[in-house]
Amino acid sequence: MSQAAIAAPAYKPPRPQWKSWLSLDNRYVPPAFITLILLAGQLSFGILESYERTLLAIATSIATELVLGRIFLGKWVNLASAYISGISVGILLRSPDFWPYAVAAALAISSKYVLRFRGRHLWNPSNFGISVVLFLLPASVAMLSIQWGNNLASMAVIWVLGSIIIWRVRRFHISATYAISFLVLALIRSWILHQPWLAEVSPITGPEYQLFIFFMITDPKTTVRSKKGQCLVAFCVAFVEMFFRFDQSIYAELYALFWVGPIALLIEMALDARKRRRADAAFPSSMEPNPAMPPSRG
Amino acid sequence: MKGGPIARAVLILFFIGLIAVPVILTRRNPSGSAGAQLDTRAALARYGFYFTEVSQQAGIHFVHQMPQLDPKLAPIMPEIASMGASVTVVDYNQDGWPDLYVTNSRQGTKNALYRNNHDGTFTDVAPQLGIADVNQPGTGVSTGAVWGDYDNDGYPDLFLIKWGRPMLFHNDRGHGFTDVSKQAGLPAWVNADTAVWFDYDGDGKLDLFLGGYFNETYDLWHLNTTKIMPDSFEYAENGGRKYLFHNLGSGRFEEVSEKLGIRSNRWALAAGAADLTGSGHPDLFVANDYGVSELYMNDGSRFHEVGKLAGVGYSPKSGMNVAFGDIFNQNKFSIYVSNISEPGFLIQGNNFWVPQDSTAGGVPKYVNMANALGAELGGWSFGAQFGDWNNDGTLDLFLTNGYVSLDRHRSYWYDFAKVTAGNSAIIGDASNWPPFDGRSLSGYQEKRVWVNDGSGHFEDVASAVGVTDRHDGRAVAVADLWNNGALDVIMANQGGPLLVYANHPDPANQWIEFALEGTKSNRDAIGAQATLYWDGQQQLQQVSAGSGFAAQNDLRLHFGLGKDPHLEKLVIRWPSGKVQTVLHLAPNHIVPIREEQ
Repeated sequence: MSQAAIAAPAYKPPRPQWKSWLSLDNRYVPPAFITLILLAGQLSFGILESYERTLLAIATSIATELVLGRIFLGKWVNLASAYISGISVGILLRSPDFWPYAVAAALAISSKYVLRFRGRHLWNPSNFGISVVLFLLPASVAMLSIQWGNNLASMAVIWVLGSIIIWRVRRFHISATYAISFLVLALIRSWILHQPWLAEVSPITGPEYQLFIFFMITDPKTTVRSKKGQCLVAFCVAFVEMFFRFDQSIYAELYALFWVGPIALLIEMALDARKRRRADAAFPSSMEPNPAMPPSRG
Repeated sequence: MKGGPIARAVLILFFIGLIAVPVILTRRNPSGSAGAQLDTRAALARYGFYFTEVSQQAGIHFVHQMPQLDPKLAPIMPEIASMGASVTVVDYNQDGWPDLYVTNSRQGTKNALYRNNHDGTFTDVAPQLGIADVNQPGTGVSTGAVWGDYDNDGYPDLFLIKWGRPMLFHNDRGHGFTDVSKQAGLPAWVNADTAVWFDYDGDGKLDLFLGGYFNETYDLWHLNTTKIMPDSFEYAENGGRKYLFHNLGSGRFEEVSEKLGIRSNRWALAAGAADLTGSGHPDLFVANDYGVSELYMNDGSRFHEVGKLAGVGYSPKSGMNVAFGDIFNQNKFSIYVSNISEPGFLIQGNNFWVPQDSTAGGVPKYVNMANALGAELGGWSFGAQFGDWNNDGTLDLFLTNGYVSLDRHRSYWYDFAKVTAGNSAIIGDASNWPPFDGRSLSGYQEKRVWVNDGSGHFEDVASAVGVTDRHDGRAVAVADLWNNGALDVIMANQGGPLLVYANHPDPANQWIEFALEGTKSNRDAIGAQATLYWDGQQQLQQVSAGSGFAAQNDLRLHFGLGKDPHLEKLVIRWPSGKVQTVLHLAPNHIVPIREEQ
């Protein structure tokens, strides 16, 4: 997971100072929310394998980001994204060992610096770290599978809170598209497999999916830019996930995002390049670039 | 991106290294002892013992039959009808030789009481003694048993745990059994898997704890709903209630659980009683499926649930076993609780609760050291027992496992994980669960025989010492079946045969056994704790009536001593509070000890 998007806002007059004191910077809303989830989940239901493991994941993630950011970006980077990656690893992984938490967190952050194309990293960091560890270490690592008490109330609280927050950072359409696609495709899976629809719906009612929907597929750095494109990608993730589910992969949604996310970005980059070529052909090289063209996001 | 080519090369190497770490570590730590074959000479040389499975030679041909419940549950019947195989060790006729009682779980099938013939064979005498035909339609079926001499007449009586009408049988001096359930005041119906005899109030009369699994309102053969499943995979509290029967004497019991602070509707699968604080009052540890374990501390007048304070009440798993063992020879019990681990799906890991020096408000603190001790992953684990298989003076561990073994090539795990992740409205209704359709769920698993090296590490040597079966194991019980100083292992399998693993320890290692008899305490001495001191070592053991999963070990205490031991003393803390020291002990004997008046 990574920090949710902050779309470039239109100009607004500055807020009164007292309002800014009460308003949390959008960059820190997702980290605050996921911390709240962690604390509420742990204090009420003991969702963590242990505090130590989660802290190890967070510390590893932050340390890796600090070091790699300093060396390869030449600055001390904002740690909100690394914090979310670390805490996600700490919540979502279940292992009796300590080291998978460190490895997954380090993999997550370092993937941002290694797996890049045209200045953009391709994989959602925590999706990459967790997927790789789950795939390579099935004997000692699993995914969070427990619930927030299984009752409807706690589930509803997280859905409502998550929706409000994701709305505020302007990514709600992604989560909604994915959730609706999942439910519709669950119906199709149920029909094909002759299984109860609720059995197919079941996974999305669990916390693993709530974290996936609110934090992972909404990552601004690894989603395409246009709103329609984001919705299309969210649908594609659910669609590809269906095939992983036919193959009885319980980490279907992670693996689907693992493949769909980078492919979508590569397609977007290819389309951007084509547009640029056409623009270059339409305008003489001495002309200034079209300010309407979106800048490349690093 | 900044950074020169060297920095980038280092980064890429670092990244590749991170990916390589899991691969390397997985290859360095292969699980289990798969592939090893029994070579008795090598097993003796390396581990100091080996097992041979001798049930057929011993005349034991028992095969457990699984329950057939209401047809509404048919799609997932293999999952629900997955318990009922149990084995208990009892000397029902007090001839000094352990006998075996095993349960059956299909309506109309019979339980068996295997009398020890003293010559390596056993004979089923349950039919003539009146405790075979106990699974009649309308009364439910057996899921376990515990033996305790509730009237102190010198002969252990039988409490039959059931999904159905629980039963108490009085032992008529080894010549027969009388059903005394009605006068005992037992509930009309329970769906229980665990019970323990213990004298919680120290009055010299055995009391009984009974832990429900499915809610007792369901007759699983005549259901009017399919909403009988746990409402959560990890936090379920819609299971069966708990009972504590206070022994009033004269064969009557009073149910006092609520009054004494035991209130829980978690899904209990195993329970054990032991004085964990040195207070002189036995505490109660309950391992729950679909949730956290519970530890009920006994202050002498009430029970207090202190699981969280003690550290055992966090991190909900699928508890299926409670066994106490002094694995470090430090006069303290560690507690082994089994759970589920299935590569690729769910890694709960078993819990090895090791006591710490610190306490929290008088409650002992425990830390799960299963990983560090090397006894964490045991598949879909069920019954486990401690015992010194090689008589080297440290307690080893035997674990059975395997849930549903059907089609070897098709697994139900994906569907299982899918549903259990869901909301209570989904998981709680059996009709939402995809049909089993002949698939396996953690089937055909390798058992674990973990040998304690004495320094805090357990090594799995199961295949190398001859434990190679792949049945769906449930109960493990331990006894010196042939009074030869070797702890044998008896294993009950769900829908499978009763196995008897005869133990062959290195004869150079010596042993001693104690048969305790209470006078002021209950006659079986259940709850008595004995610490043996030898060669600068000490080891704590206790007499238990209910241990592991659906099992009871021999009441006699067995200590391995290693080579050329010098025995110092045995200190016994009787349930009455009396402390007795026994000197002048000689190895390789079974020593009867009567509580001093």
